[in-house]
Amino acid sequence: MNYNWNWGIFFQPNPMGTGTYLDMLLSGLALTLKTAALAWIIALITGSVVGVMRTLPSKAANWFGFAYVEFFRNMPLLVQLFLWFFVLPEILPKAAGLWLKQLPNAPFWTAAIGVGFFMSARVAVQLQAGISSLPRGQKMAATALGLTTVQGYRYVLLPMAFRIILPPLTSEFLNTIKNTAVAITIGLLELTGQARSMQEFSFQVFEAFTAATILYLLVNAVVVTAMRFLERWVAIPGYITGK
Amino acid sequence: MLSNFDFDVIRRALPYLFYEGMTFTLTLTALAALGGLIFGTALALMRLSGYKLLGRIAGLYVDFMRSLPLVLVIFWFYFLVPYIGQWVTGASRPISVGAFASSLITFIMFEAAYFSEIMRAGIQSISRGQPAAASALGLTYAQSMRYVVLPQAFRNMLPVLITQTIVLFQDTSLVYVLSITDFLGAASKVAQRDGRLVEMYLFAAVVYFTISCIASFGVRRLQARIAIIR
Repeated sequence: MNYNWNWGIFFQPNPMGTGTYLDMLLSGLALTLKTAALAWIIALITGSVVGVMRTLPSKAANWFGFAYVEFFRNMPLLVQLFLWFFVLPEILPKAAGLWLKQLPNAPFWTAAIGVGFFMSARVAVQLQAGISSLPRGQKMAATALGLTTVQGYRYVLLPMAFRIILPPLTSEFLNTIKNTAVAITIGLLELTGQARSMQEFSFQVFEAFTAATILYLLVNAVVVTAMRFLERWVAIPGYITGK
Repeated sequence: MLSNFDFDVIRRALPYLFYEGMTFTLTLTALAALGGLIFGTALALMRLSGYKLLGRIAGLYVDFMRSLPLVLVIFWFYFLVPYIGQWVTGASRPISVGAFASSLITFIMFEAAYFSEIMRAGIQSISRGQPAAASALGLTYAQSMRYVVLPQAFRNMLPVLITQTIVLFQDTSLVYVLSITDFLGAASKVAQRDGRLVEMYLFAAVVYFTISCIASFGVRRLQARIAIIR
């Protein structure tokens, strides 16, 4: 291979004047984590609401949940980001559209919202599966105790369902982190984006991508370990993951 | 607002969108699914082979691929494949690989990790008696896999495999980052040329949505049929 390796490149100053190339990648990592965190909050909240709706006795709520999930699952994430970023400001009323376009950090907010809603459909499916995996008796016992539907979900069904779906939720969280990389297409300089611009400035392709790869693997390892602890901490005695 | 929505710009772009763009997208999806399935099955067999080292290698590969964002993997292969080509062919400089070949290799390598997990689950769902009966009949390991285990595993996992292929179909839109003219790339090129982002992106969204919806509806039908047979 006639490729000029230069691992020292990370400690050379980057052309943006923001420190070294390593600083550039680390700022990308920070942005990846920030975007993923906000997206995950959105995904968890809306996903939970929609997931619950899919298990409610009401036909209308079921139907809405179904349509919501199909809507966000059957379009590529990239297309969804383009819809949020390019199309939404145009089809809103003029003033609102203008405000959206002039928003500072528009790629960040768009990425967080776009990835968040994309992932919310997946969270909803997981939660629905979790709730319907509970024995029917749980819901009936809640009703028999005089709990309202809201109370039944709040005190009986959801605490169980969330614990059960913790492992799949971990992988959905990891997917959220990975999916923020798609936002490179709307100009978000997250980790992959910074690695790409480092490659364009310095021509050290493989060093840049190797560093990004290692950082992604590290994040992955940290999240998986943290979630293991969480799983053990909230485990219910008597269940497979319990003590 | 949508008052000046221009349907004509879509109509004029239709031949380009479908002959150039959709052909690329569908060919890439089909070949990558096929390649990913073959390579993924090989990985699954390695993991279940009982040889520690082979299983370790396959496991590492799968975990590695699954912890990276697809966009990063696309970039990796885009820059790496010319060098690998040079190394394989012994050429004096990195060989130039077309956009199609580069993205096909990327998607096969990436999807193989996901297909291998599906096939592994499929193979493990076959009852132990099946390979035992196969070896009692005198079939070799290869024959028992080829004629007994894999056909059943494949059949049981068909709905999941198709679902993964739908995901793959949507993911191929990410070749956009290499400025390749797939369906979304074609839509985006027209959008930028004519200054009609709203029309083109909405149309692209509708097309992706329709195709994926029909396919997942098909999967649900298939699942219902298979569930009755079992």
